[in-house]
Amino acid sequence: MQRLQDIAIKVESPEGIQASHGNALPILHEILHALQRFSTEGEQSCIDLRSLPFGPGDEEELLRLLGRGEINMTMDALGESTIWETAFSGVWIVDHRNAEGERVALQIEIGSVPQIVFSQQEDIVDAIDRLAAQLEEH
Amino acid sequence: MADDRKKLSMTLGESLRQQGVSRRGFLKYCAATASMMALPPNMVPAVAQALEKARRPSVIWLSFQECTGCTESLTRSHSPSVENLIFDHISLDYHHTLQVASGDAAEAAREAAMHENEGKYIVVVDGSIPLANPGYSAIAGISNLQMLEETVAGAAAVVAVGSCAAFGGLPHANPNPTGAVSVGEIIKDKPVVNVSGCPPIPTVITGVLAHFLTFGSLPELDALGRPMVFFGQSIHDRCYRRPFYDKGLFAETFDDEGARKGWCLFRLGCKGPMTYNACATAKWNQGTSWPVESGHGCLGCSEPDFWDAGGFYNALSIPDSDLTRKTGYVVGAGVALGAAAGALNRSTRAKAAAKHETVTIDDLDKKS
Repeated sequence: MQRLQDIAIKVESPEGIQASHGNALPILHEILHALQRFSTEGEQSCIDLRSLPFGPGDEEELLRLLGRGEINMTMDALGESTIWETAFSGVWIVDHRNAEGERVALQIEIGSVPQIVFSQQEDIVDAIDRLAAQLEEH
Repeated sequence: MADDRKKLSMTLGESLRQQGVSRRGFLKYCAATASMMALPPNMVPAVAQALEKARRPSVIWLSFQECTGCTESLTRSHSPSVENLIFDHISLDYHHTLQVASGDAAEAAREAAMHENEGKYIVVVDGSIPLANPGYSAIAGISNLQMLEETVAGAAAVVAVGSCAAFGGLPHANPNPTGAVSVGEIIKDKPVVNVSGCPPIPTVITGVLAHFLTFGSLPELDALGRPMVFFGQSIHDRCYRRPFYDKGLFAETFDDEGARKGWCLFRLGCKGPMTYNACATAKWNQGTSWPVESGHGCLGCSEPDFWDAGGFYNALSIPDSDLTRKTGYVVGAGVALGAAAGALNRSTRAKAAAKHETVTIDDLDKKS
């Protein structure tokens, strides 16, 4: 079955330019304050973009203003997630998708590395067991 | 059956690990769940801690005088998705539309779920209950009223899904031929959560169930029994078109310049100022859009008696005062300033909603 995002619908303003509704700039201010707090106090923070009442074009405008930085990652866990550093060091986008490629969360994380990227203790313990079992076989 | 019991006794953390889901996958699941429950991202560790130990509750879904639109809404949410994953972790033991069993076997499943999970199961109800004559709506020879009362007796809580179950909805609309009432009008001795909407937003339905699964309790409710986290703010306060309202820029018809430029739909009958729901943020169709974004005013479908609240295209009462002057032309910063304007206008709007006189666009023109 065709998925919604596969249907080629393009929203255009009468002038042919996708207008935004001015919601990107207040978020950029919030990001700036969060980045300052992280730099001086080491406080990490996260903004859930799905909780914001964005109008058409706002999310695109925000992502455009943030740009792309040096690092891009993909994570394959319960569907593919894309993680990238924006043009502003310490400001990351975490785009979680489910197995169908549909977005389940879109977050801006402020910190050295998004928390989900770190290897998790539970997985490391599991890895030790599996690696040891593999060695026993040889 | 034995497998089902084993699954029920496992915690969510155990169940996911058994399915080979990594800790990263689990944390992603928690991030999506927190987002769905409209919790701030810093709550993700708490959600993870709680979900790790959560056991899937038994859910009995009763459908009374309804159109199945609420179930349609629920099942059409991103499928399969995090919401569906959550459903994998709820034991949905009875649901007319979705269950395989029918007839006596179906009723036996309901009774077994009630018996085995006494005091712990959740009853979800969609549809209103007819009191004028029990014969208007019955299932397996049992009237809706009797089935509701006997099923709820051993439940931990009741979730009234959709405006029919929450407020009576369409069957309750004037002249209410079946004597339809809401769940809350019958059930007084159990917590009842109203998830209103016609239909409700899928993620709001699953969000409430996820909250119970995660924290083992029900979310904070508003005066109408609706979860504050989803129904705490009006459509108008969270609307991206709000700056146009504050600036006095309105669409007057559905094809004029204002409509094309996406101005405020207040004068075309938008009920956003008196409607509390999460459409502006959760949106519909996998977050694609929502009625106002599609160019149509809000119908107010999550409010009591919205069918009888006058025409969908009649504008609400005229605001008592000039909001433009008070908010000082705060156009352009909808997120932060919209909230400030919302706080300022709350009492004004409450008064307007209380008066709730239907006016025409001509009346509005005279006033402005």
